[in-house]
Amino acid sequence: MSVPLPAFIAIPLVTAFLLPIFGNKGKSFATALANLAVISLLVLAICCIGRYDVYEVGKWSIPLGINLVLDGLSSLLLLAISVISTAAMLFSIRYMERYTAKAKFFSLFLLMVAGMNGLVLSGDIFNMFVFLEIASLASYALVGFGCEHEELEASFKYMVLGSIGSIFVLFGIALVYGNTGTLNMAYISKAIQDSGLNAGLAFALALFVTGFSLKAALVPFHAWLPDAHPSAPAPISAMLSGILIKTLGIYALMRVIFNVFGISISLGWLLVVLGLLSMVSGAFLAIGQWDFKRLLAYSSISQAGYCVLGIGLGGLIIARAGSNITTTELAWASLAFLGGLFHLVNHAVYKALLFLTSGSVEMATGTRQMKQMGGLAERMPVTRTTCTVASAAIVGIPPFSGFWSKLILVWAAIQAHYIWVAAIIVFVSLCTLIMYLKVQRYVFLGELPENLQEIKENRFSMLVPMVALACLCLLMGLLVLVPDLKQSILDPAVKVLTDGLAYSSSIIQK
Amino acid sequence: MAYALCFLLFMIGLYCAVVKKNMVKIAIGLAIMEYAVNLFLIMLGYRAGGIAPIIDKSYLDSAAGQVTTNFINTSVDPLPQALVLTSIVIGLGSLALMISVCIRIYQKYGTFDITEIRRLRG
Repeated sequence: MSVPLPAFIAIPLVTAFLLPIFGNKGKSFATALANLAVISLLVLAICCIGRYDVYEVGKWSIPLGINLVLDGLSSLLLLAISVISTAAMLFSIRYMERYTAKAKFFSLFLLMVAGMNGLVLSGDIFNMFVFLEIASLASYALVGFGCEHEELEASFKYMVLGSIGSIFVLFGIALVYGNTGTLNMAYISKAIQDSGLNAGLAFALALFVTGFSLKAALVPFHAWLPDAHPSAPAPISAMLSGILIKTLGIYALMRVIFNVFGISISLGWLLVVLGLLSMVSGAFLAIGQWDFKRLLAYSSISQAGYCVLGIGLGGLIIARAGSNITTTELAWASLAFLGGLFHLVNHAVYKALLFLTSGSVEMATGTRQMKQMGGLAERMPVTRTTCTVASAAIVGIPPFSGFWSKLILVWAAIQAHYIWVAAIIVFVSLCTLIMYLKVQRYVFLGELPENLQEIKENRFSMLVPMVALACLCLLMGLLVLVPDLKQSILDPAVKVLTDGLAYSSSIIQK
Repeated sequence: MAYALCFLLFMIGLYCAVVKKNMVKIAIGLAIMEYAVNLFLIMLGYRAGGIAPIIDKSYLDSAAGQVTTNFINTSVDPLPQALVLTSIVIGLGSLALMISVCIRIYQKYGTFDITEIRRLRG
């Protein structure tokens, strides 16, 4: 069965515009409809695993028309987006009861999903920008959804920095169009290969890197993230940290650098340095936090650094070897890419789970300050167990998913002869261990404060997505350990990155 | 020259968005940046003395079954105009959202000065 690619954009978009019609009276119907939409997207994304497809919108052939491209990298990201959005949606059925305008919340949520799906499928750079803006605008509104002091302030800060990032990207697109005369990514790539990189295109590349790094909140562009992510409602924090920064930032960066402009040694170093800076400073800043969600947000910066590091390392190995690359070097580069991408999906799962547990704790206790909590282990056994599983995964304790991706990254760094990079990876893992021991110690162990004697575990419908994600944390290791799964899910995505500029010829042939 | 002025406009907008303390002025700065990029896109398609890119019968070379070279050499590029229309709409959406957040913040804090709106730290 072939999957119609526009469905990934059309289903959430149409549902998003239908939902506000129901208003507050048809709230339960709106909830059911929204959940149906994300679950159908999950089914479609599973059908798309291992496929390669190019769809021409309105049957206009490229470069005149717009195309949607489904390759390994897109299908990996689509799968991650649908898993996280399904979990967050199920969680928000109950969690969003305390807010008014539930239907509008679901509407914005689905707009964000539509934007992200469109961004990963788009084969046209201007459409990529349009979808980037759809997802960003929905997320600005969702961060300020509570309309309290801190939420509005965080939303404004996020909006200013996010808009600057988007405008940089648009400026870069204008420069690319002026220099190559096309907006299709495959044709831009071809034009750059034919005529080389001139000053205008180099400036455009710098604008793209800055713009997408702002969206990915890599250090030194991270100022908005620690305010924005904790201020959003918990399921939205899970979406933002889990998948939005990766789709809007890291995926777009990968696509533009590897498939359109082509990797070079300096770009590879740039990615490695951005990754290392984010990892180390994110981890240090996280340790000092006493706000539960703020700690998780800083830890997201640190973990996003791992993904960028892995991808940069692979690019560096390929660029260093140049055109006469040997098979062993290619294998090590693929290993680094595999580590980066695998860490990306792992982090999406366990960080979403951690934010959902923080939401569950916040809902029960009414506070996010860790100093005011303690001893919740007895009262909230399910939340405690899932949080421990996610913490173990993010720290990298063997059977859990985070261990495998970090192991692959360390191994790739050693093989590329960057022992110091491997040492930093291990060191940041230790910092991560400290911050999550702090979470366990202050939230779940110790004395139960007097004002929290009465709290109870949350409702069943909130626990289902948490338990499902915890199971995923435990089982994700199979994605690299079972050869069949690795070949169908991760390997095609890695191949997109190792092939690099061959992206354009494979699309133009079609 | 025109491109340099356009870039100058972009930098003025960036300066305004980064340096100013008033939220409304920041929003104006972002709008100026947006317009500078739109202007740049429009200028890419501009051609002095160009004609509208609409094919009527006089531009159609019926023997070859395609438009005349005269049409190709004198018409302006229509694509940037379509892009600018899209980007103006997106800019409108983000500006409206930004201003509405500014109004809500003013209701809560009673000021537009970002140095006084500092509940979030770290």
